[in-house]
Amino acid sequence: MITASKKEIDKIVFGLLSPEKIRKMSATRIITPDTYDEDGFPIEMGLMDTRLGVIEPGLRCKTCGQRVKDCPGHFGHIELAMPVIHVGFAKTIYAILKSTCRGCGKLLLDEKELERLRKLYKKAVERGENTSYFVKEVVKLANKVSHCPHCGREKLPIEYDKPTTYREAGHKMTPSEIREWLEKVSEEVGDDLLLLDINPEVARPEWMVLTVLPVPPVTTRPSITLETGERSEDDLTHKLVDIIRINQRLQENRDAGAPQLIVEDLWELLQYHVTTYFDNQTSGIPPARHRSGRALKTLAQRLKGKEGRFRSNLSGKRVNFSARTVISPDPNISINEVGVPIDVAKELTVPIRVTPYNLEEMKEMVRRGPNPKPPAGVVYIPGVNYIIRPDGRRIKVTEENAENVAERLEVGSVVERQLQDGDIVLFNRQPSLHRMSMMAHKVRVLPYKTFRLNLAVCPPYNADFDGDEMNMHVLQTEEARAEAEILMKVQEHILSPRFGGAIIGAIHDHISGCFLLTYKNKEFSKDDAIRMLAAAGYMGEVKEKMTGKEIFSKILPEGINLEYKAKACIGCPTCVKEKCEYDAYVIIKDGQLISGVIDEKSIGAFKGEIIEYITRRYGNSAARDFIDRVTKLGIAAIMVIGFTTGIDDEDIPEEAVLQINEQLEKAKKKIQDLIKAYEEGELEQIPGRSLEETLEMEIMRVTGRARDQTGEIASKHLGMDNSAVIMARSGARGSMLNLSQMAGCVGQQAVRGERIHRGYRNRTLPHFKKGDLGAEAKGFVSSSYKKGLTPTEYFFHSMGGREGLVDTAVRTSRSGYMQRRLVNALENVKLEEDGSVRATTGEVIQFVYGEDGVDPMRSIRGKAVDVDMIIKEVENE
Amino acid sequence: MKIDILKHELVPHHEILSEEEVEKLLKTYNIKKEQLPRIRIDDPVAKAINAKEGDVIKIIRKSPTAGISVAYRVVSKEII
Repeated sequence: MITASKKEIDKIVFGLLSPEKIRKMSATRIITPDTYDEDGFPIEMGLMDTRLGVIEPGLRCKTCGQRVKDCPGHFGHIELAMPVIHVGFAKTIYAILKSTCRGCGKLLLDEKELERLRKLYKKAVERGENTSYFVKEVVKLANKVSHCPHCGREKLPIEYDKPTTYREAGHKMTPSEIREWLEKVSEEVGDDLLLLDINPEVARPEWMVLTVLPVPPVTTRPSITLETGERSEDDLTHKLVDIIRINQRLQENRDAGAPQLIVEDLWELLQYHVTTYFDNQTSGIPPARHRSGRALKTLAQRLKGKEGRFRSNLSGKRVNFSARTVISPDPNISINEVGVPIDVAKELTVPIRVTPYNLEEMKEMVRRGPNPKPPAGVVYIPGVNYIIRPDGRRIKVTEENAENVAERLEVGSVVERQLQDGDIVLFNRQPSLHRMSMMAHKVRVLPYKTFRLNLAVCPPYNADFDGDEMNMHVLQTEEARAEAEILMKVQEHILSPRFGGAIIGAIHDHISGCFLLTYKNKEFSKDDAIRMLAAAGYMGEVKEKMTGKEIFSKILPEGINLEYKAKACIGCPTCVKEKCEYDAYVIIKDGQLISGVIDEKSIGAFKGEIIEYITRRYGNSAARDFIDRVTKLGIAAIMVIGFTTGIDDEDIPEEAVLQINEQLEKAKKKIQDLIKAYEEGELEQIPGRSLEETLEMEIMRVTGRARDQTGEIASKHLGMDNSAVIMARSGARGSMLNLSQMAGCVGQQAVRGERIHRGYRNRTLPHFKKGDLGAEAKGFVSSSYKKGLTPTEYFFHSMGGREGLVDTAVRTSRSGYMQRRLVNALENVKLEEDGSVRATTGEVIQFVYGEDGVDPMRSIRGKAVDVDMIIKEVENE
Repeated sequence: MKIDILKHELVPHHEILSEEEVEKLLKTYNIKKEQLPRIRIDDPVAKAINAKEGDVIKIIRKSPTAGISVAYRVVSKEII
């Protein structure tokens, strides 16, 4: 057991490793680039030296004498033949070179200025302010100086070529020269290095030029043995091999007195290898590649980005007791449930502590073994995979030892039981954008291989069944289960914390079904009524003949009163309420649906008024029950009544087609007139617009109106007996715009809100004359989807469609990054008991949450109280 | 011509709290002065009402959610 440490971190100091320190912490110097000998044994003073730790089982580490699991690994070092720049500090080196004198190594500031900066710095430290901007100030001031104020030496301009080249007055400086310069600086400048954001106690500038390179332990770069027995080395090892090779050659050439040119070339090559060893994506140099052409993953790449150590391994971890598979719908389970395949249920377990009270029960369960045969009529009973004895020993239960283990089961053991109906699990679909993306469900073990979920919970997860996969997590402690049950169950999330309305509700066929059932008070025979009400779980009596509204009323809670406008409402200037010709004014009185049709506004996800009201008035359980019933009723109704849609739903009579064509002709004529007026200079200019812009705007208006008019003509011939119209009007799926585009005309295609104008010079396609401003030449699609598009129309339509695709792609990535930044900034903000919002440090962010202290989830569409509703309720009493 | 910014409709009402009021405020929220949100000493309004470092300013704003909302800020020299 690990006991909690009471130590608190006071501060962390970051410094540079000195060459002495690198040598001191090194277990061995590495001199040979070879790794293993013929027998596959690590070579001494090679990169895989056993003093650097061991990765093969059986071997012992020569430094600490421990085996694979216990040896943490030890650093080695390489003595570089010539010094090289450390890329990570290239910018800091540049700042130092620019602000110090090469002759005397002092800062290029006179005493007065220096004293001023020192004072400012001291003050900033006292106030706990950020001191890193002093560097910029020092460099700026030093830049103005032409001669060193201390020794009078002329200051030569320093240039910096990314990533590791410095020039003094055009002459290239070697790392050795730079190191000498920096040595002088650390001696002369002393404590004033703080102004350059360097703490001289832990970091001397010359250590930014490497003379010794630490070699990380083999445990950080393990080699893997392929199936063929071939060894494959880690990318870091490959890079280190390169460094050692070049280092050796450089040493030999220099010692042999090779020409300066060759030595310099090799030196530069060494610099390249050391640079890419730190960061293989350094700008300005080509990344080092593997033989296959793949760029090597070096130190920086291990840490950086989404797949790096921080985001992938430290901020995000993998878990046990989870499952992932494809999802599919099941309208017969509750919204609170999730269907779990038997194969998954057998693999995942819940730990149960054995007590005197459940000992016999547990023994019986263990006796069944891991693969119990369910009794007749049952598809599944849970078995046991493991038991954990009180001494901590874990025993796998098999068919052979089940009897034995069961007999010896004692109080205090833990039995790892397979999933059974009613277990609480977490269910999640990525991307987890809001808290409703992960909710608690009760398990229903079902046959087949997919997770099953109720259709009403698709909207919060944003799930569909075109191959979506979801994850399930089994809770392992009693506390977790209690918390999940109270806070995370689906029914606790019917109301959204975003706007205080329902986000779980009926979709698609549920809405069409309820619409058909309640529209214009249809009558149903007793037979049909029983069929529908039985499906919805109604147990009471059924009359000989029932209207749809009566049937629907049976699933409403007793005594409920509501009044609102349905989705079908077209917004007449004066509402005639219950006498509405579209049956769009819903009145529910004392649990009876008096008038109005049930559509998206009543029961739909995101909109459902009835669901919202029931949740607030009768509680989450009642709302869950209502959703379960209303979805089943909707489906039963649509099956009794019958419903189908096809392309012939968009059939319109000949005369309508003629009317539409006439309208289109008129519109084209009007556009021609506008163009003529423009060409003759008679077009009246809109204030603040150029003549061209005016023309475009006018034309856009004409084309827009033309599409609307054709849509109107089409929808005049598509009545409420049309399935597609029923779906659009009830809000189940599709819109009237979709229909008019299918039946009437598709309309103007636009890119960036303008008519299509790109393509060839002065025209969009070679099918048109240059400078043609007419409707067809600029992307007006006068055909309908049903009739089919001409080739040019099809091309313009693709252009408009492509823009939509690009927009969504850009939007998702951008909003994803925005969300990430917000989450990182706000993750330590929380609501305190006194209603204030504070950061973890106790700083107040808001004195009253949201200024009004209202929890949006418990608000009525953002308002704390719904005054109208209260007045109505009082009136009713 | 100098405009009195305190009279501008977009500038909410600011007032400096007395010592007792500050005491009471800190007690109700059980916090130290440093845990209050800050306002810079060179903030135009802070200058206009002659606030000194360490003063606590009460700000009464119109709020779209609550009608009227009250916030407190401590005057600070530090760069926030």
